[in-house]
Amino acid sequence: MTAITREEVAHLAKLARLDLSATELDHYAEQLDVILQSVARISEVAADGIPPTSHPVPVENVFRDDIAKPGLDRAEVFAAAPATEDDRFRVPRILDEEEA
Amino acid sequence: MSTNHETVPFEEAMTRYEPIIGLEVHVELGTNSKMFCSCATAFGAAPNTQVCPVCLGLPGSMPVLNRVAVESTIRIGLALNCDIATWCRFARKNYFYPDMPKDYQVSQYDEPLCTNGWLDVTVATDAGPQVVRVEIERVHMEEDTGKLTHSGGATGRIHGADYSLVDYNRAGIPLIEIVTKTVVGTGALAPAVARAYVTELRDVMRALGVSDVRMEEGSLRCDANLSLNKPGEGWGTRSETKNVNSLRSVERAVYSEIERQAAVLDSGGRVIQETRHFHEDTGRSTSGRSKEQAEDYRYFPEPDLVPIAPSRTWVEELRATLPEVPSVKRARLQSTWGINEFELATLVNAGAVELVEASIAAGVDAAAARKWWTGELLRVANERGVELAELPVTVSQIARVEALIADGSLNDKLARQVFEGVLAGEGDVDVVIAERGLAVVSDDGALLAAIDEALAAQPDVAEKIKSGKIQAAGAIVGAVMKTTNGQADAAKVRALLLDRLGVSE
Amino acid sequence: MSSADADLIRQPASVLAAAICDGEVSSVEVTQAHLARIAEVDGRVHAFLEVTAEAALETAHLVDEKRKSGANLGVLAGVPIAVKDVLTMRGVPTTCGSRILEGWRPPYDSTVVARLRAADMVILGKTNMDEFAMGSSTEHSAYGPTHNPWDLERIPGGSGGGSAASLAAFEAPLAIGTDTGGSIRQPAAVTGTVGVKPTYGGVSRYGLVALASSLDQAGPCARSVMDAALLHSVIAGHDPRDSTSIDAPVPDVVAAAARGDVRGLRIGLVKELSGDGYQPGVLQRFNEAVEILQGLGAKVVEVSCPNFDYALGAYYLILPSEASSNLARFDGMRYGLRVGDDGSNSVEQVMSLSREAGFGAEAKRRIMLGTYALSSGYYDAYYGQAQKVRTLITRDFTAAFTKADVLISPTAPTTAFKIGEKVDDPLAMYLNDIATIPVNLAGNCAMSLPVGLSPADGLPVGLQIMAPPMADDRLYLVGSALESALTDKWGHLLIEEVPNL
Ligand SMILES: [Mg+2]
Ligand SMILES: [Zn+2]
Repeated sequence: MTAITREEVAHLAKLARLDLSATELDHYAEQLDVILQSVARISEVAADGIPPTSHPVPVENVFRDDIAKPGLDRAEVFAAAPATEDDRFRVPRILDEEEA
Repeated sequence: MSTNHETVPFEEAMTRYEPIIGLEVHVELGTNSKMFCSCATAFGAAPNTQVCPVCLGLPGSMPVLNRVAVESTIRIGLALNCDIATWCRFARKNYFYPDMPKDYQVSQYDEPLCTNGWLDVTVATDAGPQVVRVEIERVHMEEDTGKLTHSGGATGRIHGADYSLVDYNRAGIPLIEIVTKTVVGTGALAPAVARAYVTELRDVMRALGVSDVRMEEGSLRCDANLSLNKPGEGWGTRSETKNVNSLRSVERAVYSEIERQAAVLDSGGRVIQETRHFHEDTGRSTSGRSKEQAEDYRYFPEPDLVPIAPSRTWVEELRATLPEVPSVKRARLQSTWGINEFELATLVNAGAVELVEASIAAGVDAAAARKWWTGELLRVANERGVELAELPVTVSQIARVEALIADGSLNDKLARQVFEGVLAGEGDVDVVIAERGLAVVSDDGALLAAIDEALAAQPDVAEKIKSGKIQAAGAIVGAVMKTTNGQADAAKVRALLLDRLGVSE
Repeated sequence: MSSADADLIRQPASVLAAAICDGEVSSVEVTQAHLARIAEVDGRVHAFLEVTAEAALETAHLVDEKRKSGANLGVLAGVPIAVKDVLTMRGVPTTCGSRILEGWRPPYDSTVVARLRAADMVILGKTNMDEFAMGSSTEHSAYGPTHNPWDLERIPGGSGGGSAASLAAFEAPLAIGTDTGGSIRQPAAVTGTVGVKPTYGGVSRYGLVALASSLDQAGPCARSVMDAALLHSVIAGHDPRDSTSIDAPVPDVVAAAARGDVRGLRIGLVKELSGDGYQPGVLQRFNEAVEILQGLGAKVVEVSCPNFDYALGAYYLILPSEASSNLARFDGMRYGLRVGDDGSNSVEQVMSLSREAGFGAEAKRRIMLGTYALSSGYYDAYYGQAQKVRTLITRDFTAAFTKADVLISPTAPTTAFKIGEKVDDPLAMYLNDIATIPVNLAGNCAMSLPVGLSPADGLPVGLQIMAPPMADDRLYLVGSALESALTDKWGHLLIEEVPNL
């Protein structure tokens, strides 16, 4: 497993929607590397043919009946929203300047 | 945003390139509640009134899967000749977008519920109808997103908008994605095959009763993938055209994309892997976001949901609920009703097949049933902008009117007036007949008087008939029908007239 | 604070419940005593992020009315409780210790909170925690650290430091914690209290703001084993709103705690969970406890779980991966902090600015780590491999449970360390959970209870008991037996030795 570069960290930050500062980029590049090197030990475990565990308890086929019920009061939901307009959540424009 | 309007005419493009198509169809299931929560799914509700912690992605909320959504998916898979998985999981598809409350979509990724199916579709060719088998890669479940509207800017479109508004009523409605394998070797039929496939799929969904499949309301959405290759060379780069909102557009989108890609290739350029948006008004598409810098969706198994492991017993129970496959059913109806393909297509497009079937079951003659549903009633439905089935006319009312025609109490014209009254809400068939006084005049004396009156008014016509020109009788019959306000039996008038003049047919 | 109040706040929940039920004391009096204590000491402890005094007194009053009318009350009716700020409570700010959720008032109750209400318990408020439960010291709270009542300079453990500290400071007789890798047990260990991580799926996660969905579990925090059992019985059980919830009867934990018997029980010492990295004082108290258990008639055997050596690595891939996805929704669009929405920024920029401003260093670190581990090209080597290791760890447990009825280890390798000591040394911090993590990966249950003070620093040491899935009652059977023996030896619960604040 190769060392993680500052560029990779920047790409991850973009994927994760974190506007990291230059200092943070350096800091995390270093720390992620250290953490990844330490956790990379798990690759020593010969696990070919071992099924992965995604759910710790083997429960299957959990369903609910198809019955509609009233939801939340819109006013209560909107009370927590940063911006609303016309009974909808208001969000900034979707496209970047160069795309628009 | 690149808008390349250069095109090569379709016929010409077909001389140099072979189109390869792939279709991804999203169908919104018609369940009562959403996929993972109990919110209602009614179309057109006031914004953000069918929402709860789960479909708003509020912190701490958790999904619970709708049983009917699973059953519908399995039924769709069976109807499309798919294998049904014995064990599968949902995955999270991670990407940020404001219409997606959790910033991940719960979808099926590498473990779809149904795989490896097919659907036969028929397209018209110069050499007659041709059946094309479209192979289906997978049918999987996922949740729908909220609906964005764009404010500011000139067009109300995403481009140039100042900000956007989100309604999450649609977020979490169960969606089924049906993905075909690549369809090769269809040549110039590619656009027609695409359309026929989506049409057939729509009919299958309708027959299954799992969705109302209305493209205009977005409950059936189609993305068309297309690439061109030069025969003998490797496959070209594909584009994905979205926003294809009608059956006609499916055909047009494939058609115009062939013309566009041919021009790009002819000029020595290369096709970009991208998403394109189809425009209904121009019949052309424009470039969306380029996929060259591919999104990294970071799929992983959804830990908040447990695996689905449908027992074979359950699958067989669901198989037993499958209706007749639409294509099989159509072949059967065509032969039993003795109609041609065009007539059948008219019935299908009108959504009249089930209504005609039911009318026949109620004792109505097949031709009469077709005549009513695809004639007068369809005209009114179109006028009112509703589906035929939504008209306030019942199958038993058609049967009653036809019985009255058969025993001579009504004629065609009067029957039409009866339906006019029924459609206007004046009451049931017999009430309308009584209220409007719609009864055939069967008193021979009255009819003979009217015939004599008409003969006197048109002596020249009377002479013509007497001299053997029987076709002239129509003018007199017409006049009699007029004086009796249409309440006479035209055939009977004609017989009486000829008898009066001593002429035989 | 009156001496009557001082007496009330030191009572076990079971005693308070009985007194309230018998009408010897009212729930309002008990609640007022705890609110007074919070007012007196929480400025120094900082266990609470929000105190819902008014609502608490209102509930207490209603419970008293209900009792007077002769209505049936639950076993803990009228008893106050503190709730970790990671569980939603309708209308009450739920921040998860994060700036990004500052002031967010959920429009719904978590199932755990709903069950506390249904049991007529009195919720005092929301307790401090590491941001989104990421941490082992409660220093990663956006609202400042919680201090350990044993030594205010030291950490109370984490992420549920607030809940544990509220018990040790006698601000609440009971608390709810959540445990993803030890966040109930490790704080219990370093504060001399009792904490239980139930079997995964035993307590509903509905309304628990997810850190790592396949690892998270809410559970009881208390000052005694019996109190924990009573609370466990209130919150556990199937919930149709949590698909991963187990649809089976809850093991009778109260009966087990009442019985407290280890005669003939096989207790396994996990070889991999002691030795290097464990403080001598911790090991000393642990070994003494093992001797006591043997003296009580338990058969002690050594078991080996070789794959536990890889548990920390697997955990620090699985947790950040799930967390990076779970924390994506905090994007400033529907609730929570929004930054930079001035018309010049696009939605992507506003999301990025909001998340940058709203998340603290540890949250960002783990989001980045998880984004990396899940990204294409790395998935198989990291996340995929970690999930396989998880299978191997579960197999180790299964094998060990054929040789022993329960397993034991020290809960944490060290006693409470100083605030600031490890805050920007993630690896050192992560090692705190080395003994608690395997249980979360396998989904079984575990308890931490105090077994004395380390001779080195006079700070509490915890012992961890681990049992198979849905055998939560064994934790209480063993815990209660050990607690009685220790109480007999000391003449009181260890918590009585906590210095006066
Ligand atoms: Mg999809
Ligand atoms: Zn909902």
